[in-house]
Amino acid sequence: MTYDVTVYVTWKEGVLDPQGTAVTESLHKLGYGEVESVSISRMLQLRLEAAPEEVESKVTEMCEKLLANPVIEDYRFEVEEVVST
Amino acid sequence: MKFAVIVFPGSNCDLDMYHAVTDAVGEQAEYVWHTETDLDRFDGILLPGGFSYGDYLRAGAIARFSPVMESVKQAAAEGKPVLGVCNGFQILLESGLLPGAMRRNEDLHFICRTVPLQVKKADTMFTSAYEAGETLQIPVAHGEGNYYCSETQLEELKQNDQIVFTYGAALNGSVADIAGIVNEAGNVLGMMPHPERAVEALTGSEDGRRLFESIVRQWREKHAVTS
Repeated sequence: MTYDVTVYVTWKEGVLDPQGTAVTESLHKLGYGEVESVSISRMLQLRLEAAPEEVESKVTEMCEKLLANPVIEDYRFEVEEVVST
Repeated sequence: MKFAVIVFPGSNCDLDMYHAVTDAVGEQAEYVWHTETDLDRFDGILLPGGFSYGDYLRAGAIARFSPVMESVKQAAAEGKPVLGVCNGFQILLESGLLPGAMRRNEDLHFICRTVPLQVKKADTMFTSAYEAGETLQIPVAHGEGNYYCSETQLEELKQNDQIVFTYGAALNGSVADIAGIVNEAGNVLGMMPHPERAVEALTGSEDGRRLFESIVRQWREKHAVTS
């Protein structure tokens, strides 16, 4: 089966994101004082072939080994089957 | 003593590292391309700074999978001195040889200047020629040197006495102003400042030279080489 997987890599709670802080300040300067915080994450889009029962475990493995750094980052992902037309 | 200077695609401090251990300290060195897998002929391993693999994904994240890294891990396990500077430090973190991770500098600037560096620990194979508490002048050049570890990890680092260098003044947002740490065994050092760029008075400071001299002295004592 073919799947489209979207992986979101985000900062772990408590890890300061210097880019997010800078963007928050810029939004405040633009007058958007209502913005409490900004966090900048990474999104990765994977297309892969896998058996239905192993797609989640495979992507989890990829996240743990490479796509996220577990010391500072969390990850989550969405799996969507690619339907051939 | 023979050093391996590991060269990744994107390394750019490899020549300085080579120069430091050969011309400044008088030992032997060889460049080792990242696809090599045999480091048995070397007594010490140097991971230079730069932008291996363009810092893609995260600094050091791709270099960690280079074929040579298995041999670097093996050399570390054998107790050989392994020094990672700047991007080399980032690679050691990504490969799990040292604890923690790097974030972008707090102010988002690339910081490139000579900074005061404090020696916290002088009883390592990398710092025996320094005095504990001494302040050195060593250049830094990094955009991602903001060291992070959890509070638990920080406690462990303190308890095991693994913090070797701290910045003399807050620089980039690093937890506890950490600039360099060793592993528990004491033979793997990662540091953001560049001692290899401070080995001659001509270029501003020679405070980095003693780091390499410490490694050589320890090796000579261990192998009883007198010449």
